Amino acid sequence: MNQWSNFSKGFFKENAVFTLLLGMCPTLGVTSSAIDGLGMGLATTFVLVMSNLVVAVIKDFIPDKVRIPSFIVVIATFVTIVEMTMQAYVPALFDSLGLFIPLIVVNCLVLGRAEAFASKNKLGASVIDGLGMGLGFAMALTILGSVRELLGSGKLFGTIIYPENYGMLVFVLAPGAFIALGYLIAFINQVKKEA
Amino acid sequence: MAKTESTLKNMVLTLLVITGIAGTSLGFMYELTKGPIAAAKAAKQQAAIKEVVPGFDNNPGDEMYELTSKEGFALKVFPAKKGDELMGVAIESMTNKGFGGNIKIMVGLKPDGTLINYQVLEHKETPGLGTKMDDWFKADKGQQNILGKHPKTNNLTITKDGGEVDAITAATISSRAFLDAVRVAYETYSENQSSPKADNNTSVEEGGTE
Repeated sequence: MNQWSNFSKGFFKENAVFTLLLGMCPTLGVTSSAIDGLGMGLATTFVLVMSNLVVAVIKDFIPDKVRIPSFIVVIATFVTIVEMTMQAYVPALFDSLGLFIPLIVVNCLVLGRAEAFASKNKLGASVIDGLGMGLGFAMALTILGSVRELLGSGKLFGTIIYPENYGMLVFVLAPGAFIALGYLIAFINQVKKEA
Repeated sequence: MAKTESTLKNMVLTLLVITGIAGTSLGFMYELTKGPIAAAKAAKQQAAIKEVVPGFDNNPGDEMYELTSKEGFALKVFPAKKGDELMGVAIESMTNKGFGGNIKIMVGLKPDGTLINYQVLEHKETPGLGTKMDDWFKADKGQQNILGKHPKTNNLTITKDGGEVDAITAATISSRAFLDAVRVAYETYSENQSSPKADNNTSVEEGGTE
């Protein structure tokens, strides 16, 4: 596999949200607006790249039986770093993402890439994989967030498109997340079939 | 390079080293971000005070004192002064009656208790419904507006409960809770007004001269 397809697979062919259906908890939880989805996606990307990098470096030193706990410690460390940095420099975004930042630790996408890719591949490939998968995840969250924000509250990235009163409130709430995600996945599957 | 074998010694050693490195780097990051986090919080608090009690020139954070409400909440009171004159107080009030738990608001009161402005600090209300309280009670529409009213002369409860404030559409519980937080702020403040020196007075004064 060349590096480009290694990078680009995260966007479409193996997109975490639309194809692998990984990381559903933050996907459904934080995408009530486009900006929240983007922020969450970028935070996850950072954790993914850094944990893939570290795991790729230390994989040979780690005995097989304690491999998962070691990966979790690495991931949790980077998540906490992200949490503290966001709290310090982008407090508004931190407030709206709230609990979901610490929950990146249990995002199966992050552990999944560490276990399935970084622990078997070289440093460079692992970093590219993390970047591709992370940005693909961020893209999916932003799309879902945009759809929900537009239909639910008539805004896109906070800009008013039409008056909020005409919005379908359900799209801002949890059921709307499932509905929007379902239609997006159906759409992607259709496109894939034709391609 | 050969993989390290899964002997007990190797496993213990590996985990020890990894957690050690993780702990050290986190401690380092904590030191690094401690200042900015505190500054961001202080800035947010200062901005909220400015929003609810305009026109002061002291630093209300320095003169902050705490009062305990009847319900046992510790409320922070920030006196806003211009020169020596008390412009009003910003009270960080809360209620546990929200639809999603606690609601924290900052309420600005004139020294006589008239409501100047408010800001919602923290809540877990339903997005699109309860979250409208951010500006619902400031809007001049129907009987929504509570600014400039006095909790003693105006009955600041929702119309459904016999009051004179329109509740947020489809968010009666959140509206009730919000007005409850306003009431907590006013009652606690006015009860402690009569005591000679309210500074650092954290004792519960049940049924003061109200």
